[in-house]
Amino acid sequence: MDWFENGWGLSLIVFLPVIGAAVVMAIPKAKESAIKWTALIFSLVTLALAVMLAVQFDYSAAGTYQFGTAMDTSWINAINAHFHIAVDGISLPMVVLATLITVLVIVYSWNHWPEPHNPKLLLVFVLILATGMTGTFVALDLVLFFVFFEVVLLPMYFMIGIWGDRAIREIPVVKWKIEMRLYASLKFFIFTLFGSVFMLLGFLALYFKSEEALGYRSFSMIELSTIGAAGAFTGTFAFLVFAGLFIGFAVKVPMWPFHTWLPDAHTAAPTIGSVILAAVLLKMGTYAFIRIAIPILPEQAVAWAPFIGVLAVIGIIYGSLACLAQTDIKRLIAYSSVGHMGFVMLGIATLTDIGINAAVIGMVAHGLITGLLFFIAGSMAHRYHTRDMNRLGGNMMLMPKMGVLLGFAAMASLGLPSLAGFWGEFMALMSAFNPLAAIGATPLFRGFMVVGAIGTVLTASYMLYMLRSVNFGEASDEWADTEFADVDIFEWMAWAPLVIGTIAIGVYPKIVFGATNGAVVALLEKAFGG
Amino acid sequence: MFPLDYHALLPEIILATTVLVMLVVDLTTRKKHFVALTAMVGLFAAFVPVLTLAFCDTLEFCAAAGVDRVLFGGSYVVDGYALVFKGLFIFAAFIALLLSIGYLETDRFYEGEYYFLLIVSALGAVVMASSRDFITMIVALELVSGPAFLLAGWRKGDPRSNEAALKFFITGVIALALLLFGVSLLYGLTGTMQFDQMALASVAVAELPLFTLGVIFVLLGFGFKVSAVPFHFWTPDTYEGAPKPVTAWIAVGSKAAGFVGLLTVAYLAFPGVTEVWGPVMWVVAVLSMTIGNIVAIKQTNVIRLLGYSSIAQAGFMLAPFGAAAASGADSLGQVFSATVTYLIIFVVMNLGAFAVVITIGSRVGSYELEDWAGLLRYAPGLATVLAVFFMSLAGIPPLAGWFAKFAVFQATIGVGNWWGYSIAIVAALNAVIAFVYYSKVLKPAFFDPVPKGADLEMLDAGEIPAPIGFALGLTVFGVIVLGVFPGVAANLGQYSAQVVAAIGG
Repeated sequence: MDWFENGWGLSLIVFLPVIGAAVVMAIPKAKESAIKWTALIFSLVTLALAVMLAVQFDYSAAGTYQFGTAMDTSWINAINAHFHIAVDGISLPMVVLATLITVLVIVYSWNHWPEPHNPKLLLVFVLILATGMTGTFVALDLVLFFVFFEVVLLPMYFMIGIWGDRAIREIPVVKWKIEMRLYASLKFFIFTLFGSVFMLLGFLALYFKSEEALGYRSFSMIELSTIGAAGAFTGTFAFLVFAGLFIGFAVKVPMWPFHTWLPDAHTAAPTIGSVILAAVLLKMGTYAFIRIAIPILPEQAVAWAPFIGVLAVIGIIYGSLACLAQTDIKRLIAYSSVGHMGFVMLGIATLTDIGINAAVIGMVAHGLITGLLFFIAGSMAHRYHTRDMNRLGGNMMLMPKMGVLLGFAAMASLGLPSLAGFWGEFMALMSAFNPLAAIGATPLFRGFMVVGAIGTVLTASYMLYMLRSVNFGEASDEWADTEFADVDIFEWMAWAPLVIGTIAIGVYPKIVFGATNGAVVALLEKAFGG
Repeated sequence: MFPLDYHALLPEIILATTVLVMLVVDLTTRKKHFVALTAMVGLFAAFVPVLTLAFCDTLEFCAAAGVDRVLFGGSYVVDGYALVFKGLFIFAAFIALLLSIGYLETDRFYEGEYYFLLIVSALGAVVMASSRDFITMIVALELVSGPAFLLAGWRKGDPRSNEAALKFFITGVIALALLLFGVSLLYGLTGTMQFDQMALASVAVAELPLFTLGVIFVLLGFGFKVSAVPFHFWTPDTYEGAPKPVTAWIAVGSKAAGFVGLLTVAYLAFPGVTEVWGPVMWVVAVLSMTIGNIVAIKQTNVIRLLGYSSIAQAGFMLAPFGAAAASGADSLGQVFSATVTYLIIFVVMNLGAFAVVITIGSRVGSYELEDWAGLLRYAPGLATVLAVFFMSLAGIPPLAGWFAKFAVFQATIGVGNWWGYSIAIVAALNAVIAFVYYSKVLKPAFFDPVPKGADLEMLDAGEIPAPIGFALGLTVFGVIVLGVFPGVAANLGQYSAQVVAAIGG
């Protein structure tokens, strides 16, 4: 299995989907089942490889990069950019999550094609997205990271634009009326692009500065974090670079106040688009904070921590309050993401091993749970032809199985102990009690803890509000004569892994911590000297 | 007299022979595609010596000769920089030729003369790459422009085409006048026309206001050629009115030739006085990027949109010039290579963009964006290719355009002063704005339904002519390869930049 360990396995995980996309493109549009099976097989093989990766991963050395390509695989030699990918304990869960979600999305699509019907194109986009997502989580070179980070934009843009919500929306301030999908797709793209160009300028600044410490210019995350920990990047320079990176990552997360693209994009996207966005794409931002911003600029991470903490708790409270004001079920779930990512960012801002472990498990849990929520919301909208919670109600009677699943997902999302969502929230709050001493703002962080705790109450209240208006009560007369099909086989197949994963991680969080803890401790030790 | 190095001059000799043969072929046959075929063979043949010259060190017959390829006392140099662009111009002419073959059949045109003029223009561009004094350069520049003026008016019956040609001609002549005036001032001050000598002489006179004036006039002259703001007014009108394959050549080949002139003059004739031209270029670059982009947002015609996009891209290519102000000798090579890298990618992706726009435009019968609605439904392949090129223009990885922008960011930040930082930030913001209008092209094609009453059978039935299909294939391949392995373009950029390093600032 040498080929698997020396980079080929991981490279296959990253590039098999895009090869699959090329194959799908070559199949005539009319042969739908061939297209579906091709896409499914490629994604399943990728998932199998990812599982193999997780099985063979050396958990006792989770802090070291494994399965990587050798450092000297030069990619663009003119700028010393390398094709260097590898996984450690932090990226491993993300890779598994991304490949899993890809498979589930394809399975779900089997009989849920959004209009206009075009399975070929949709699956091509899903497969390209898969490459972008896994690539982002395994890249160890800043240029490579940037490329993968951007690759996901285009398919998602098209997904929202082509298959998105056709409701008319009025843009605030200028009062133009425009279809939701057009507005949301452009907004999503412009926001992310805006963030990523500043991120890129930050990367370039690091590249040139690295010459002083290394003697040559480097984009390698490993080399940059080594010299970063030794204090190569300080002062105004580091401040500006961190600002650039912060804009790039915070838009992607998204943190308040950069979050406004999220509710629009998630609501307008077709079901599988929302699932991919919520389950994986958001994590690229938080992952980048952990992988790039903290290790390379530890001094600035400390300086910015209180600020990030403030934005995180604002996000928690704001997201929850916004949820309470929603009538559109998808929009409510979208806003709940703002709150949940607030918890993740709070964990990261503490710069402690507990906090960052909390962040990673929070990311995985949010991926599973919110993915499930968007799936269910999509299926319900498909059956009811509305997402308006004022019109819904009595779902438990109309579609009992769907109702149970929705209840389960909502409970998981509000952080019920013994389900996956609990660990991220609980540990993030716990870590805020005792943030890294160097930050020197422990009382402030304890304040965050209190506010965050209030946030969990609000989370519970909006989830219960959602359950009450959708699941409980009597069905309105509107639905009296309608015969609803309950959860079908493809939905079961797509959702069961999410349910099982949520329970498994909830009961036995070591599934995630076993991988992350070693890596997080090693990362922090390197950055802050233990 | 100088002993002639025939190997070094072979590309020009072959092209010059080709145009003569084309005239003869045109006289002897009524089947005009033989003229095009001759041109194609000539371009292929001319590409061979470019390769043998480039890999001279590894070729036995060539390395043995051991000549330094400096001809006519330094007025004509065939070095790495020249070869990169010779190859690029031959490629551009080849694609423009392919596009023309299909286009000329759509109506009654003079065909033989058209091909003749196109190749003459290409010959001018090839000469341009090697010219190292003002006289040679101006002759080359006019050899590029002269035929292009005529070609722009080729659709004689169409007033727009006439307008295009006239506008192009008048601005071109004004640019030439400015250029010549500037050159005469510089000649008076430095006593030489040759760039390497001017580089030495210019330092002594750098303080004189007259010198500054001369430099600015020369730059203005080229500013017209590369359609930089504020000399851009002719661009959208000419692009829209000219026959579309000619537009492709003007927008790519002729514009790249203008950039070669600009690069040569700025970095080879005035490397020691960057403080004179740097700030001017900074302002021009910022204006071109910003105004080009903002005006482009409002366009509804895809050709005009490409025109403004081309203005904005000129700004991007000028940004490294702007950053060169007050920068040290070591970073001069770096900013130089950034512009070259951008140009290489620019040529491939813009030719591709024109190719796909021409194909779709002739299928739909309109270049208005709203008429392209629903393209994805009846021509998914073309829609995909359209997305590839326009997203490449927008700079989205893994399509080539991302690295062009990356190279500009890299070079400008690498200069390490605020001339560089500031223009990098302006460029970054513009990269975001640019997406707005590039996505405007994709919106009707991908997101809108087929308009009611459209003749779907006719739209479905359209076939892509083989030459255009070949051009599309080549450029799509180029855009993807350059995007995934951008090292190719970067290495060519650095290879060219040796010429700057040799001068040593």
